[in-house]
Amino acid sequence: MTSPEPQTSYHGQPVLKPPVWTWEVPAYFFVGGTSGMSGVLALGSLAGEDSLLLTRGLLWVALVGALVSPVLLILDLGRPARFLNMLRVFKWRSAMSLGVWTLIAFTSCAGTSVLLFEGYAVLVRELGVAAELVTVALSTAIALTAVFGALLATYTGVLLGASAIPVWAANRALLPLHFGVAGLGSAASLAVLLAGDSTPLLLLLAAAAAVETLLLIKNEVSGRGRVVLAPLRRGSGATRLRIATLLMGPVALAGLMIGAAELSALAFLAGSLLSRYAWLALGRESARDPRAVL
Amino acid sequence: MAIGDGLASNNQRRHLYVEQQVTVGFFTDPTLCIGCKACEVACKEHNALPHDGFVFTAMSYDNTGALGASSYRHVKFVEETALAPDAPPGFLFLSDVCKHCERAGCLEACPTGAIVRTEVGGVFVQDDICNGCGYCVVSCPFGVIDRRQGPVPGAGGAHKCTFCYDRQKDGLVPACAKTCPTESIQFGPLSELRERAEARRQTLLDRGIAGVSVYDPSSVGGIHALFLTVGDGARFGLPSSPEVPTTHLRAAWSSALLTSLFAIVASALAFWGAGP
Repeated sequence: MTSPEPQTSYHGQPVLKPPVWTWEVPAYFFVGGTSGMSGVLALGSLAGEDSLLLTRGLLWVALVGALVSPVLLILDLGRPARFLNMLRVFKWRSAMSLGVWTLIAFTSCAGTSVLLFEGYAVLVRELGVAAELVTVALSTAIALTAVFGALLATYTGVLLGASAIPVWAANRALLPLHFGVAGLGSAASLAVLLAGDSTPLLLLLAAAAAVETLLLIKNEVSGRGRVVLAPLRRGSGATRLRIATLLMGPVALAGLMIGAAELSALAFLAGSLLSRYAWLALGRESARDPRAVL
Repeated sequence: MAIGDGLASNNQRRHLYVEQQVTVGFFTDPTLCIGCKACEVACKEHNALPHDGFVFTAMSYDNTGALGASSYRHVKFVEETALAPDAPPGFLFLSDVCKHCERAGCLEACPTGAIVRTEVGGVFVQDDICNGCGYCVVSCPFGVIDRRQGPVPGAGGAHKCTFCYDRQKDGLVPACAKTCPTESIQFGPLSELRERAEARRQTLLDRGIAGVSVYDPSSVGGIHALFLTVGDGARFGLPSSPEVPTTHLRAAWSSALLTSLFAIVASALAFWGAGP
């Protein structure tokens, strides 16, 4: 005697455990991405003329974000008092471990950059340190801030991509790009809001918005019918991601075209923040679906 | 002997596997399980696990629901199964447990080094190290490990089957295997269990029971808690090809590095190009 219907799962129960992370983690993805890419913009701004004030502001954004990030991460721990245990080991194969060390390197470099920038006059004029030496040290610090900042903004995509959650793993190559570009656009947007718009910032915001538009189109047209990608099609995660990429992509682009730079910046920042929450929601939905792994 | 061939198992014997660094395992055989849940009770009792809620799942007779931070053994109730052609439909029970993978996703993901490999090949969470970051939870392809939610002992940390490492160090057999009345759960050196599982599979095939196979997925390098399955493994909730998440690292990091490079070059070009 056989069963009337073939059993394709254990009573429809989930196989995987949903992520236990709460609001702090996507908030950290956003803050880390924005401040990390502000470090990248700070390095870029050294190539511009008369943009030292902008460089200074970008370095401050990088540092403030770097100081807020660990607070968010510690709040999310099940045992916050043990946050220092993160520094017991360095593991190449753990994206979480590499991310923590990247954050520490980024914070150190951003802090050093800000110190050298703000202390330039004191160091050169009052302490008599050679101006060339301070300039070289400052440039090096800013370059390292940019490198670790870019990694900080993109490793969060690796963190999700190299996991057992089907929808995250299936997007392992897309997530670092998605998060990195969202960070770049957010950094440019924040700079536009704080320091006023300038051609390089608007160019970068437009580039980020264009990439996010392409990602939105790719999400809509490819992967139909794939069970692992089902959460991207329907559900609250899918809706949130659609709204987020619409804001970061077409809405921000349209704003730039009609010359409303600040509106564009606001739309991009909102979309960037929402997209990180959308991906956490997508992960929860994906973990609930046993069809994706059985 | 006739029923389980299991009386020759090591379940009631003291051993020196930890001292001798012998890789050990479980072999769980649902064709012998009577669904008594003594393994769940013994596990709870020995490991002093908090209760996981008095929940009525309305799902067969299974009110444990799933493995989790406070359930290290979970007897699954699979219905509508007729083992032999003329037998009436009934139950298959499978006592699920942490697979103690050869390549363990949780162990590779753990950023604190709290999750380690023991001398006997088990995957063990050091509760005094774990800070509850939750990355192992999304890195287990079997959905075994979970963070224990409060106000109970061990709250905030990640928990799963310890392979009764404490008992093993004293030469004792894990509580679930020790207590199993039908020796559906067998404990012993892994190589010996692999042979035993294969022999059992052959015996059942010879008795006319179709679709019997040994669950030991090579995609995670093999597991240390083997299962016998009858029919489609999916109805036991066992993934057909579980993946170690770190296999995705190369593709993900490539994307991250390229994106980083793109961001740095693009921002330099934007400022340089926009100059006078």
